[in-house]
Amino acid sequence: MSTAPQVTTRPPRGTLVARVLPPALLGGRRAGRLVERNLLVYRRTWIVIASGFFEPLFYLLSIGVGIGKLVGTVTGPGGQVISYTAFVAPALLASSAMNGAIYDATFNIFHKLKFAKIYDAVLATPVGVTDVALGEISWALIRGTIYSAVFLLVMAVLGLVGSVWALLVLPVAVLIGFAFAAVGMAATSYMRSWQDFDFVQLAVLPLFLFSATFYPLTTYPPALQVIVQLTPLYHGVALVRALDTGAVGPGALVHVLYLAVMGVAGLAVTSRRLGHLLLR
Amino acid sequence: MPSDPAEPLIWARGLCKRFGDLVAVDGIDFEVGRGEAFGFLGPNGAGKSSAMRMVACLSPLSGGSLRILGLDPARDGVRIRSRLGLVPQDDTLDLELTVRENLYIYGRYFDLPRKVIRERADQLLAFAQLTERADDKVEPLSGGMKRRLTIARALINEPELLLLDEPTTGLDPQARHLLWDRLWRLKQQGVTLVLTTHYMDEAEQLCDRLVVMDKGRIAAEGTPRQLIEQWSTKEVLELRFGPGEHEALAAKLGGLAERIEVLPDRLLLYVEDGDEALAGTHRRGLRPDSALVRRSTLEDVFLRLTGRRLVD
Repeated sequence: MSTAPQVTTRPPRGTLVARVLPPALLGGRRAGRLVERNLLVYRRTWIVIASGFFEPLFYLLSIGVGIGKLVGTVTGPGGQVISYTAFVAPALLASSAMNGAIYDATFNIFHKLKFAKIYDAVLATPVGVTDVALGEISWALIRGTIYSAVFLLVMAVLGLVGSVWALLVLPVAVLIGFAFAAVGMAATSYMRSWQDFDFVQLAVLPLFLFSATFYPLTTYPPALQVIVQLTPLYHGVALVRALDTGAVGPGALVHVLYLAVMGVAGLAVTSRRLGHLLLR
Repeated sequence: MPSDPAEPLIWARGLCKRFGDLVAVDGIDFEVGRGEAFGFLGPNGAGKSSAMRMVACLSPLSGGSLRILGLDPARDGVRIRSRLGLVPQDDTLDLELTVRENLYIYGRYFDLPRKVIRERADQLLAFAQLTERADDKVEPLSGGMKRRLTIARALINEPELLLLDEPTTGLDPQARHLLWDRLWRLKQQGVTLVLTTHYMDEAEQLCDRLVVMDKGRIAAEGTPRQLIEQWSTKEVLELRFGPGEHEALAAKLGGLAERIEVLPDRLLLYVEDGDEALAGTHRRGLRPDSALVRRSTLEDVFLRLTGRRLVD
């Protein structure tokens, strides 16, 4: 028979801080705890993480290098002639940032929300819904950033990096991930069953194929060009491609703004929906 | 911020919870003092868990006022939760982590330093009799072990107030007794316990004071003994007849008891003297298949107040 641990009553730590700081500053203060939890889980299953790197690499080899042999060269964003591989590689990086974020924010979050009931336990602690939303999005971003970094390294080794601006590709990949993870999580909060995830596929696949990923925007007739420019991945692809080729203009700021607004809006909807779903 | 020892840990007035048209909690008043073990007793759907979730700051009020540790849950949810422990109805353990990791990460959710968590985790594992299983995954543990781990987890922040929603539902008798023993020890250490249950014996064992809830309202309040004295007779005579005969025979027993409760499988006669009532039954020419005289229990109070069998 063991003895019971000593349970004493004493005022908690940190209440003074909580009283002095405005609540807005504290929102998301504990988001890191969710990241810590995921690290603990994936420490044992790092192979699952490693596997996520191969998808964009396979695309680069098959489409970029393989089809690139047939196509030869294309006109890059700044009007310069570049190899097809160099044209496609940044778009694949942007797409994989989207894919990774969406996968984490939809399938994984839905499982934790509906089946593993992770957040039900978490919300009984000082961790709040905004912390959960921010924490899970951060985790998706950390994971996505590692993939993007490795991919960028491969691009550099293959001589597909054409400008020092490419140093900014990594933060941009984080921004793309943020935008899609936030919106993906918001969408997940409305899903009722696994069947609903077909809609995710239905949205992501055309984005991947038609966002000027595999050919320049000018291939489309003018009316279609406008429509493509309204969709989110286009901005990610255009931004990464501009940085990689060095053809950076003020238009890049429009892309950044589009993605940032998308992410913030998604985050706001996600916190509200999680509160609605879990704190009933 | 040290709380005033005289101040109730929980103070509720006109507490309401509605889900659309459904009224789960319909204006209840109650207080829980420091060091008390307080119970919500009631059938499924009586509103116990909804009340508990509001106290845990997991569910906004639909009406009324609530103060926990002197604080308002709508404004100070984070501060309140940092001083509470919650054992929810479902274990909600993290199945992707080991037993020890469950305690560890839960402590991190409370912002506790790693070193403090490691020390407390060892104590809590011993307390929950899970030291041997510390590095196992949670999934293969038995129901009783999972429940003990959930309780250990809720203690990681050394809460002033421990909330337990149906702590032993679904456990076998040995597991329940072990759990009761652990909860008893916590009570001895001065931890305030609030629990919901639909088990009479649990309420009698653990609760200093309890409320009986029915259809979202509080039907009665008191110590187990007070409730029995107030709402039941000294003794109960249980009579069993053949299947289907109980309804008709109840009429023939009129006058023998203060009150007769007709259950599907037996009749309950609420009386001051059970043996006397049994003799009376025989005098009326009735020959029950079996007869039992016993003292009144909380279950009888429950039956009286809610008109329902307790465990369904």
